[in-house]
Amino acid sequence: MTGQGPDSISIDVGEVLQRSVASLYSSLVTRPTGRAVRMAIETQLQGTGSLSISLIDFSEVGIIDYSCADEVVAKLLRQQLADEVRDAFFVFRGVSGAHHPQVEGVLQRQSLAAVVEVEPDHFTLVGTFTADEQRVWDRLEHEGSVEPDAMGLIAPTGQDQRALESLLHRGLAFRSPHSGRIHALSRLVAHLM
Amino acid sequence: MRRQGERVLFDARHLRWVDPNGMVALLLGGSLVGEASGTFPHIEMPESQDVLGYLGRMGFHDQAHQVFEFDTPARRGGSRPSDVLLEITAIDTNHDVHEIVDRVQTRAGAILTSKLGYPAASVIPFSVMLSEVCQNIIEHADGSGWVAAQAYNWAKRLGRFVIVISVMDKGRGFRGSLTDEHSARYGDRWSDSTALEAAFLHGLTRFSDPGRGQGLQQIRKQVRKWSGLISVRSGTARISQVPEWDDSPPMVDGMASLPGAQIGIILPAAVQP
Repeated sequence: MTGQGPDSISIDVGEVLQRSVASLYSSLVTRPTGRAVRMAIETQLQGTGSLSISLIDFSEVGIIDYSCADEVVAKLLRQQLADEVRDAFFVFRGVSGAHHPQVEGVLQRQSLAAVVEVEPDHFTLVGTFTADEQRVWDRLEHEGSVEPDAMGLIAPTGQDQRALESLLHRGLAFRSPHSGRIHALSRLVAHLM
Repeated sequence: MRRQGERVLFDARHLRWVDPNGMVALLLGGSLVGEASGTFPHIEMPESQDVLGYLGRMGFHDQAHQVFEFDTPARRGGSRPSDVLLEITAIDTNHDVHEIVDRVQTRAGAILTSKLGYPAASVIPFSVMLSEVCQNIIEHADGSGWVAAQAYNWAKRLGRFVIVISVMDKGRGFRGSLTDEHSARYGDRWSDSTALEAAFLHGLTRFSDPGRGQGLQQIRKQVRKWSGLISVRSGTARISQVPEWDDSPPMVDGMASLPGAQIGIILPAAVQP
């Protein structure tokens, strides 16, 4: 970890696909392909600090099927959620209309959610989440970050506060262990885009 | 079952019409007979030049060389541009699935938009659907298979164009794939039909991974979105998701036993409002 934020890394899935699987494949399809790409991503992540945020970029991927979306997106998130300490965060970039149904489908099937860029500079929650979580996440996304003494800006009620804790627990928002400030994940990867 | 060394003839001389289901089923039948008898069965190719030419364009002869013994038909007339959506393609490895997806992307767009009236972007879900349905063979069947797809004008039956996709494998079938993990909870009710229900309706697989088993579910969802028909036949049963334009029963039991599995998908042209 550097400064007060997590280490950040940008990973181009299209480039990983070409490099780690086969340069002939233009589509992210079949489960073994997805597994190979995920393992290559995990290898890259091992080089980051103990607290990290990764921008996983699908911009150069033509087609992704459900099996690959499960291997690359859902499994990365599931492994992160399985850890007791929340130390790896993910933002998925370039999830266009061609990718969105598959990513959403695999996340919903396992009651997962992710922060996803669906259009340039437009982030949204995709997957399974409550209306309370959506409302609080939208406010945080609008604010960018919130100081500990200004939580009322995004979570003025007890219900909102519980939703915020859930977002933090699910890795959909980041709280600095040093300052207590809460950050929208999109802001933490803005410099990588 | 044929005895070792016994020769079998597949007589297709009087075939007047064949679709991807028929072609792929011929290959499956020939392959099973060949494995049982230890020698390639013989096939007499259709006498109709139209049917023969169509089989050639669908790549049947190329695949049949791996299954049958036959006299290679003479090519007549000049070659014409292929109008085939997806020639019969053997599926043995994931590499085959990659090739199918790449190939179909370049051809499906025009057919989906011009003949079926689907939006141009539908080539993406169509390719994803093909990827998942082909992977079903590799991931679950533990055996090889074939896929083929073509567009037809179902003028009499439906008054619309349709795309017919056929996938067949000679693997262990749905019941064979699921028995170890799921038969106990079904007890005496465990059969080909309950195995199909478990996979087709409930997304069960032999894997404990919660991310598995969604391929068929997502295919069903997409087929329903396009008002299509999907059926899965394995063992002695067939389960279908039936659209309003078809009157097939959702479940048929007691059929002649089919080793492996057959997945059939029919996508009709969109009805303009």
